[in-house]
Amino acid sequence: MTEAIKDLLYKIADDQLIIGHRNSEWTGLGPMLEEDIAFSSMAQDKVGQSLAFYNLLHDLGESDPDTVAFMRNANQFHNCQLVELPIGEYDFSLVRHFLFDHAEMIRFEMLSNSAVEEIAQLARKLVGEIRYHVMHADVWIKQLGVGDTRERLQKALEMALPYALGIFEESKYEQDLISNDIFSGEQALRDTWQSSITTVLTETELQLPDLTTLTPLIGGRYGDHSDHLQPLLDEMSEVFKVDPGADW
Amino acid sequence: MYGGGNIFEPSNHNDVLNEDPVKLQEFEARIERGEKIEPSDWMPKLYRKQLIRMIEQHAHSEIIGALPEGTWITRAPGFKRKLALMAKVQDEVGHAQLLYSAAETLGKSREDMISDLINGKSKYSNIFNYPAYTWADSCFISWLVDAGAIVNQVANSKGSYGPYCRALERICIEESFHLKYGHHCVIHLATGTPKQRQMMQEAVDRWWAPMMHFFGPSDKISVHTEILMKWKVKMASNDDCRQQFLDMYVPKIWELGLTVPDTNLKKNEETGMWEFTEPDWEEFKRVINGDGPCNEERLAVRRMAEERGQWVRNALKSADMKYVTPLA
Repeated sequence: MTEAIKDLLYKIADDQLIIGHRNSEWTGLGPMLEEDIAFSSMAQDKVGQSLAFYNLLHDLGESDPDTVAFMRNANQFHNCQLVELPIGEYDFSLVRHFLFDHAEMIRFEMLSNSAVEEIAQLARKLVGEIRYHVMHADVWIKQLGVGDTRERLQKALEMALPYALGIFEESKYEQDLISNDIFSGEQALRDTWQSSITTVLTETELQLPDLTTLTPLIGGRYGDHSDHLQPLLDEMSEVFKVDPGADW
Repeated sequence: MYGGGNIFEPSNHNDVLNEDPVKLQEFEARIERGEKIEPSDWMPKLYRKQLIRMIEQHAHSEIIGALPEGTWITRAPGFKRKLALMAKVQDEVGHAQLLYSAAETLGKSREDMISDLINGKSKYSNIFNYPAYTWADSCFISWLVDAGAIVNQVANSKGSYGPYCRALERICIEESFHLKYGHHCVIHLATGTPKQRQMMQEAVDRWWAPMMHFFGPSDKISVHTEILMKWKVKMASNDDCRQQFLDMYVPKIWELGLTVPDTNLKKNEETGMWEFTEPDWEEFKRVINGDGPCNEERLAVRRMAEERGQWVRNALKSADMKYVTPLA
């Protein structure tokens, strides 16, 4: 069962680290100062959350968080491909943030009832942070998902959705996690997520395509990534790898 | 972060000849008594103009300063540094937000200020026209550039314009955390592996000249600022700030086993003043007028960000929207 739990923790930790890293790239470049600040806050929360999950993994015998985060290659990362895509324009970053954070909020709410008490405690603590991220995304989606900017957001939505469905790629331990009440499973998460994003989108002029017609872009959970992840990791570890044994 | 060496417009007493003498006298008496001037109070045109110019330069310095350090957020070695640097640079952007609001109380909109920045009409701290080549450069900035900024800002927070003083008080508290973070990073490099020590020494060597320029030209050669001192717009002389910085930080740099690339640098124990090689003020002028290693790149990045974000800002505007000056 430990392997199943580790697999679950790795995908969450890696998701948070990579989306946090991407969000931080907006620092100094946002469409307005307030958005620079907002994306930076979310980036700090998410990188901090990833650290908390790497610490749980460390308790289960994995290497220390710095080594795990800064020394692995792309094929050892379990994040979904959605989070590793470059930030692109603000429309894409916003839509990704909306799609990802709704899923994260529901995932953390589900994990708040996990049979593994350490996970449940952490999820209960972090879900409060994620709720603010979701509120931020919803405000902007409602603001920009109408009128002259609707088309930009619609295109970004259609581009991001197949990747977003990759969030819910099932683990090989899926049934074990569900039957042991550790996690309710990706399918349950996806169903709730769909209804959650639909509720917000109906308040905009955006159209949610029929998700059953889309092919999810999967593989991330098993170390299969787009060409964007390895350069991100190379950049992230550039200084650390100058001397991994050094105290920075 | 930010330093002295504000670029004031040359001014003299003729600029205030057209002001109402009674109001002017009352204004100057209030400042003399240590009162703060608030946005709706009467103030001379020159006071308004120079304050806008100074606060605007400060705000620009915060957002431009976020660029050289911002590039190291994605490279920061380890969780502790990554989280701290993100928060630090975010603070700087927050300072820009506060300062643009303070300047807006004087009647110039943030949009106009940013547009003047991008068009090269308004300046920012010269030090950000130099590149941060390595992680150690970003550590130097966090420690010593922010330390220099604190010297200047603590002085300015005792100035006469209420909104600017209040913004500076808050900024200084945050900057003091940045300084601690930067010092912590530099200590780790300077007492680390040979490679780390070499990185740190090279950063000190690269940044020393810009750091000496940071406080602006010697008061002997800079424009006359007597009236600005009287009005408590400019609170400390460039030379005083530089001396204070050297006195506080050179011993700390030496303590870490680092050297400063100026063989003439020493404290004259008799006068209590630091002696040093006169900085190259021709280079300072050349860089501040646009010909530094990074001027074009910094403005190009800012311009790109403004252009790419234009559609978002436009979407927030509505036909019946009115411009609102922020509350002081």
